[in-house]
Amino acid sequence: MQHNVNWLQALLVLSLSVTLGWTVEVQRPRGVPLTKRQFYDEAKPFTCLDGSRTIPFDRVNDDYCDCKDGSDEPGTAACPNGSFHCTNAGYRPTFIPSSRINDGICDCCDGTDEYNSGASCQNTCKELGRKEREALQKLAEITKEGFLLKQQLIEEAKKGQQEKQSRLSELQDSRKGHEDKVEALRTVKETAEQPEKEAKERHLKAWEEHKAALRLEKEKAKMAEVFLELDDNADGFVDVSELQTHQELDPDGDGTLTDTEAQGLLGGAHKVDSTEFMNMWSNMKEKYVSEVCPPTPSSDLDKDPDSVYPEDDLDEDAAGEDDEDDDDDDDRDDDDDKVISPLQVLEKLSVCERERWCLLCNAALLPFSFRALEKEISFDFGPSSEFAYLYSQCYELTTNEYIYRLCPFNRVSQKPKYGGSETSLGSWGSWSGPEDNKYSVMKYEHGMGCWQGPNRSTTVKLTCGKETAVVSTSEPSRCEYLMEFTTPAVCLEPPNIDTQVHDEF
Amino acid sequence: MGFIRILIELSLICMNPPRMSCLLAVWLAVVLSGIQAVDRSNFKTCIQSSFCKRMRDVVPGHSPYRALLETLELSNTRLTLQLINDNNKVRLLLELYRLQGNMTRLKINELKPLRPRFEVPDVLIADPPTEPLSLVSQDEGGVVLSLGADARHLVVSARPFRLDIVEGPHVLLSVNSRGLLAFEHQRPRKDTGIGQLTYSVCLYPCLWCDKEEDQADMWEETFKSHTDSKPNGPTAISMDFSLPGVEHVYGIPEHAENLRLKTTDGHDPYRLYNLDVFQYELYNPMALYGSVPVLLSHSTQRTMGIFWLNAAETWVDISSKAAENTDSVQAPSKVAQTDVRWISESGIIDVFIMLGPKPTDVFAQYASLTGTQSFPPLFALGYHQCRWNYKDQEDVRSVDQGFDDHDIPYDFIWLDIEHADGKRYFTWDPAHFSQPREMLQGLVDKRRKMVAIVDPHIKVDSGYRVHKEIRSKNLYVKNKDGGDYEGWCWPGTSGYPDFTNPEMRSWWASMFAYDQYEGSMENLYIWNDMNEPSVFNGPEVTMHKDALHGSWEHRDIHNLYGLYVQMATADGLIQRSGGVERPFVLARAFFAGSQRYGAVWTGDNAAEWSHLKISIPMCLSLGLVGISFCGADVGGFFKSPSSELLVRWYQTGAYQPFFRAHAHLDTPRREPWLFGPENTALIREAVRQRYALLPYWYLLFYKAHGTGQPVMRPLWVEYPEDVTTFTIDDEYLLGRDLLVHPVTDEGSKEVTVYLPGTGGVWYDAFTFQRHEGGQNLYVPVTMSSIPVFQRGGSIIPRKNRIRRSSSCMEKDPYTLYVALSPQGTAEGELYIDDGHTFNYEQKKQFVHRRFIFADSTLSSSNISPDSQFSTASWVERVLILGAHKPSSVTLKTSGQSPFDFDEATSVLTVHKPGVNAGADWTLLFQCRNPLSIVL
Repeated sequence: MQHNVNWLQALLVLSLSVTLGWTVEVQRPRGVPLTKRQFYDEAKPFTCLDGSRTIPFDRVNDDYCDCKDGSDEPGTAACPNGSFHCTNAGYRPTFIPSSRINDGICDCCDGTDEYNSGASCQNTCKELGRKEREALQKLAEITKEGFLLKQQLIEEAKKGQQEKQSRLSELQDSRKGHEDKVEALRTVKETAEQPEKEAKERHLKAWEEHKAALRLEKEKAKMAEVFLELDDNADGFVDVSELQTHQELDPDGDGTLTDTEAQGLLGGAHKVDSTEFMNMWSNMKEKYVSEVCPPTPSSDLDKDPDSVYPEDDLDEDAAGEDDEDDDDDDDRDDDDDKVISPLQVLEKLSVCERERWCLLCNAALLPFSFRALEKEISFDFGPSSEFAYLYSQCYELTTNEYIYRLCPFNRVSQKPKYGGSETSLGSWGSWSGPEDNKYSVMKYEHGMGCWQGPNRSTTVKLTCGKETAVVSTSEPSRCEYLMEFTTPAVCLEPPNIDTQVHDEF
Repeated sequence: MGFIRILIELSLICMNPPRMSCLLAVWLAVVLSGIQAVDRSNFKTCIQSSFCKRMRDVVPGHSPYRALLETLELSNTRLTLQLINDNNKVRLLLELYRLQGNMTRLKINELKPLRPRFEVPDVLIADPPTEPLSLVSQDEGGVVLSLGADARHLVVSARPFRLDIVEGPHVLLSVNSRGLLAFEHQRPRKDTGIGQLTYSVCLYPCLWCDKEEDQADMWEETFKSHTDSKPNGPTAISMDFSLPGVEHVYGIPEHAENLRLKTTDGHDPYRLYNLDVFQYELYNPMALYGSVPVLLSHSTQRTMGIFWLNAAETWVDISSKAAENTDSVQAPSKVAQTDVRWISESGIIDVFIMLGPKPTDVFAQYASLTGTQSFPPLFALGYHQCRWNYKDQEDVRSVDQGFDDHDIPYDFIWLDIEHADGKRYFTWDPAHFSQPREMLQGLVDKRRKMVAIVDPHIKVDSGYRVHKEIRSKNLYVKNKDGGDYEGWCWPGTSGYPDFTNPEMRSWWASMFAYDQYEGSMENLYIWNDMNEPSVFNGPEVTMHKDALHGSWEHRDIHNLYGLYVQMATADGLIQRSGGVERPFVLARAFFAGSQRYGAVWTGDNAAEWSHLKISIPMCLSLGLVGISFCGADVGGFFKSPSSELLVRWYQTGAYQPFFRAHAHLDTPRREPWLFGPENTALIREAVRQRYALLPYWYLLFYKAHGTGQPVMRPLWVEYPEDVTTFTIDDEYLLGRDLLVHPVTDEGSKEVTVYLPGTGGVWYDAFTFQRHEGGQNLYVPVTMSSIPVFQRGGSIIPRKNRIRRSSSCMEKDPYTLYVALSPQGTAEGELYIDDGHTFNYEQKKQFVHRRFIFADSTLSSSNISPDSQFSTASWVERVLILGAHKPSSVTLKTSGQSPFDFDEATSVLTVHKPGVNAGADWTLLFQCRNPLSIVL
């Protein structure tokens, strides 16, 4: 009967050509790998490999499943969980599920799985082996060259990193000046606040007194500032003509500050020194508009001491930061601590103040370049910064319908080839390869939303290549894009010995 | 696929102006956004459908119709009799037929219609053979006719007109007993000019006495922005049927409803009008994609059926009461009664009353009228992997490979509308499916198949051959003004071939020839979606009722359109193979008779537990009216299932006739291996169970094809006297022998399974544990549980070597599961043929065996001695469930067979009898005691 496979027939004479070119004949039941040959001794009863049962050896490969683990039928399809070993001489040996034995489909390249189905299988192992060797060789070459390129990239990245670091420290140095100023102002404030605190601890009354004193102090400071501002010719006196540059001080509101009116403001004198000015100031301060900067509302220093019972003003300021800093697309900022950074102080300054401040520092130290540099330095460009060269670069791939654009560490987009607006397929999210190979996959998230679906996102798979290029794009699931990207940066050090196809030995 | 696709499609159209389409897309976007479930306002209620309202306004009472007994004519085959409406003196002609197989047909038409009224063609497989009606008695009150044996009579009462079918002292069914017969005769329009009126007055003097005022909406009606011109005026018909002693009625699919129909008092009737309903709601009487106007009644005494052969929009009212049993000759008593009223917009009254009395009799009677389920190729019973849309050939290849990588069998991968070039069906998208034959060959190499969609809306594009030819042959449906009817569908502006025209159908069929349908191959099969027909910008998302199919209005044929599409496609697949190969065609819209052309599914469901649950009664209802090859989209079409829901749906789908996973374009991918290894394993196991049972499924379909018995059956069909079973629709039978109670609740820890058949036993299909029949069984479940039970007394063949596809398993051996009855007996069948050709029919090439276990002997004998077929399959194992340990097992021809006996489960396993599955053989079980059930 067709199905009764005699085990003797099932013993195959296997010719295995190995790289050395010698041949060996090994007898074993059909479908058994050499490594398990010793368990199939035709002279003894067979014990299922899970030890569950022992059966006469003639029930091995008799097309009836006796062992729960399927080990008695390595060469037939009788067991639901069995596996068949293809020797595939000339190529890679492999196991196939035993359900693929004699199903009319050639699975093993040596065709040994279809011994009784009528399917005529060509032995394609040699061809496959050759192709694989070629592919491996090519891959090895690519890896080799790619790895060399990677070394260069690492070197460049190192240099670049150093440059950036030094630029950053330069910036930090010049910023130091600013910081010092900020620090000084802070000290002034804290000094001012110190008595406040003490007053608070003692009693409120003293606090009120102190406030008055403080107000006076502040008033004095302000007045001094105004005096300097008004004293255009810096002769130590404010005169009528100097005062007339501030028409807003006009007492009768007719829009003109006449000589007489100005003189009136100065207490009848033609000009006053700073001490005298102090007495006159109360007449003008309501109307006076500074020539320099409007007071910055967020500035601690200008804060009206009446308005707030003194808390930790500095912290409050830092907390305010979160609300205002919503203009940028960089998620990392969300991770920042509430500790105020010099940079943030800088950013908090009004434009006017910034300009003023810039007079004090290096013109190159624009806050934004500082910020960009800091951001760049903060990126994870891989263990040796080998991915740093991708920063601020973009790579395109044109398909039938679309132009895809990958700007590493920034964003992915898609644009119809023949006109139409660009669609964001995600912004830089994170490295998201498996734990042992984190830098093999990039994830871009929060792209444009899909109708009734998720926001678009893109997974970029990195493979070793000499070129840096997007090689394919696809949308495996609705609005979830997959991009394949080659770069030398992921090339691994080639093994010392050339990879070769091993036979079973 | 549903209406929601429009958005995406139309927004694509926007890339190429015309501006108008963009505006439409925007409008639709506004209209559709935020819709979570069906927008009921898109579909008519009875009150919004003027004829339904008019007919429903007729209240029970004295019927104006009177039988004119003097007009009675009785021939050998039929009785004719005129009826007169005393209100308007319009006469109707009644025809009565006694049909072979215990059926009565009654037809009512206008005696002198102004225009002929539509009579549904192509649904009956033949003119039903008649039997002589004989006059038993006649007086001025009426006539009594004999319906053959059992003192079965048809009583015609004259004043008012009424029919009663009685058997002995019992009234089985009454017609017009509530006086709801109404027949809107055709009339000339009164406002069309004096000349016409005079003319018609001359011809129809009775109009003078017509007391019926023209009501609004009789000559034109508007729904939303659509106006129906109704040039023929009112033409509705209505009739009532009373079923004394009946509390349970079933059928009239398709509705998202329980198996047992509800009464419709106080809300809308069940509606039958094939519609593309976007995100349909459950448990309501709204119309869905298909219609089968067949209602079954069942009581412990009798099962009957009413087949209302009308293809126009139809509404069915059901009410019940405890009626005074005055019609009985016996003393009056209170009995339950169900009243059914049918209302249709046009056509004639043509009713088949199927008198049973057993459920199997009703199935056979209905099958004798409309034919049986087509016998599908075996592989169509395997698992189908579908998605809107597999994007390109590489996608198809990688999904195909995914099944092998995860060792999950499947037979078909499906391509939805995106595969075609701009939704021009019969073509391939040049960018993504440029080498269809290469792709199909890749599947041939794996012994697998593909289904491509071919919808019946044709893109209006002068460069598209299909359109050009249909237009030049003048085969499109016409609009009311005589031009080609155009509507919006997936491709944009589309024409609708007039499938009611045989010339159109034959041309369509010819398009499936391999040299016409470029890129097609033998392993490419077809899916007809949107065949209601769906017209996005039409009234209720379908065709205008005043569109024209030749001389008939769309109003007359609407529910038939989908059937014709599937018919023409199935014919095409048969013809392309020279009449050799069995076709496989899936359709969404259907009508009575659609069972002859392929499979149907329950349309665009959703990934919700409630939709999983309702798939059971929806397919059971279809099975009752002949359509056995039914399934629901596994996983749910809209939305995204949780992994638990997906697994449960696979487990349920594996035990429903048509087993296909499908998903909406906007849902995340959900191939079985995307939910983690545990869920992959659970899905794999469910699919493998399906494949193991394919021999049983195949047998059930063979028998359904032969006899009309449903594959998937309500319990009451097999236990007609067990009242408990009458409302059960969370479990069902496959054939007689497998009882399935899928887990359809989230987080289930147990299910309660009703095991019918007091005195019988059931065996868990996997643990082989034995349970008594006639009890509610509490079954604890885990995620891997699919509660399935095999009936004690049955023998089921399985193939336990699960391979990549059903074709790969062709030559594999069988394992017989012999489940002993308490009497120690069992019986079963096995059917084998080549799996895909008509040779079983034309050349009798098949194996049909009967297995009988009795007196400790299991034997296989030939049921069809004139058949011949040689199979490579053999019997590798026999399991006897509920056995005693024998002392020896002997195969008569070749001696002792080794066996195992498991004391714990009482399962006896005979190893490798090795006999050919087509051969006669006998296994003898020698026992110290006769083999019988373990008690």
